Amino acid sequence: MPSIPASSPGGGSGSQGSGVADGDWERVQAEFMKGIWKENPVFVQVLGMCPMLAVTNSAVNAMAMGAATFFVLVGSSFLVSLLRNFIPRQVRISTYIVIIATFVTVADFTLQALLPDIHRELGAFISLIVVNCLILGRQEAFASKNTVKHAVADAVGMAGGFAIALLCLGSVREILGSGSLFGVSLFGSGYEPWVIMILPPGGFIMLGLILLFFNWLKSRRAHWLQSLDKLGEGAR
Amino acid sequence: MNQQQSVLPESANLGADQPSSLRLISTLGLAGLISGLCLVGIYTITLPRIEANKARTLKEAVLQVLPGSVSMEELVWNGQGLIPVEQAGEASYTESIYAAYNRDGSLVGYAIPEDGAGFQDTIRLIYGYRPDSREIVGMRVLESRETPGLGDKIYKDQAFQENFRALSVSPEVVAVKHGSKNAPNQVDCITGATISSKAVVRILRQGNQTWLERIDKSASGTTENGKLPGVPGARNGEVSVPSAEPGIESRRPALPAGSQGR
Repeated sequence: MPSIPASSPGGGSGSQGSGVADGDWERVQAEFMKGIWKENPVFVQVLGMCPMLAVTNSAVNAMAMGAATFFVLVGSSFLVSLLRNFIPRQVRISTYIVIIATFVTVADFTLQALLPDIHRELGAFISLIVVNCLILGRQEAFASKNTVKHAVADAVGMAGGFAIALLCLGSVREILGSGSLFGVSLFGSGYEPWVIMILPPGGFIMLGLILLFFNWLKSRRAHWLQSLDKLGEGAR
Repeated sequence: MNQQQSVLPESANLGADQPSSLRLISTLGLAGLISGLCLVGIYTITLPRIEANKARTLKEAVLQVLPGSVSMEELVWNGQGLIPVEQAGEASYTESIYAAYNRDGSLVGYAIPEDGAGFQDTIRLIYGYRPDSREIVGMRVLESRETPGLGDKIYKDQAFQENFRALSVSPEVVAVKHGSKNAPNQVDCITGATISSKAVVRILRQGNQTWLERIDKSASGTTENGKLPGVPGARNGEVSVPSAEPGIESRRPALPAGSQGR
């Protein structure tokens, strides 16, 4: 497939093979950073809500989920980008799904073998990474149209952003809902846990508050972001 | 072809570079094949570890619900008696229990796994039953999704666990309101987790219904054979998780099929 200028959902991409090594490295960094902050999959794109709400009742669960998603996303993006010229457009989605499902199953078995307790806690949500729209979305929007280097940078950024978001929500919910963080009790026995926070409603409430906070930040920084976008356009 | 919202340059001359069906099929086939090989590989690598984890969890649970036991053996019901799982055919059983032995090799009791509906999802538990005193001597929840802070007290609340240290099974186990336990067959419910507590009792009853009669039959059959119930012949006294090892024959508490004269 000929090189196509990639256009990820929020913009912020340039043509590939810019030639100059310095510019290229900057591009890699930009692809990485956009997932962490500017296009954070949870706070900005609001993707992957199912694991986001379901497994963030403790920081450990959130971290395990983040790690599993990281492995799957980076692995699939690498392979999809590597094979992007061999996969015919007509069967691309099915091929991506096969690739993603393979990585998910590998992650599933590995967790089951090494960390059976965490695997029991996460239950079906590990297998459900297959249908996390964040992962297929990155393949379709980015990895299938960019070089391996950029695709991996993008995947690491996106997965990192996702993991950070999970950890944020998981920590806050565990602190409020169980009075502990990573299983370590914080307030002693006098603290009456705010149980609703580790139940599903707590997930929705906390996520809503966090999204509210990020949207407020975003509107404040709208000007700054616009100028950054212009900068990106200029580089293109 | 379906070009979902695609505005890519080459969509204009797509008809020209339309790949052949063979290419499409072979791409997907190859992807499937490679993926399959990867999965077989990772499955083979992780399987021993996964099985070992499961066996260890199970053994811990069995030995915990039957205090004093150090080794165990899986038993299945073949219609006439309890026989070691190794002797039963593949498809001849669906459920099994575990006989646990103490250091001298004599029977401590049976660990019975059972499941049933809880408040939110299935509760899976295992409990220890001593045939000599006809008591439940321990209970452990293996899997549940009860409400955190309320229903999860069925495995977090020590006072509730105390109910199962010496719980008589005759007459039948019953759940009573918190604080009103006054007979050995009653279980004190947890305030705020009545449904979960009652579910546990219901599951215990269910397990008793299935297994107690079988255990009795098996034991009486053994007695007729001239052995004491629960003292399975000459055991060499070695202590290990039973599997296909030498010595397994000698610690079988069950009778040979057909010796009950049914």
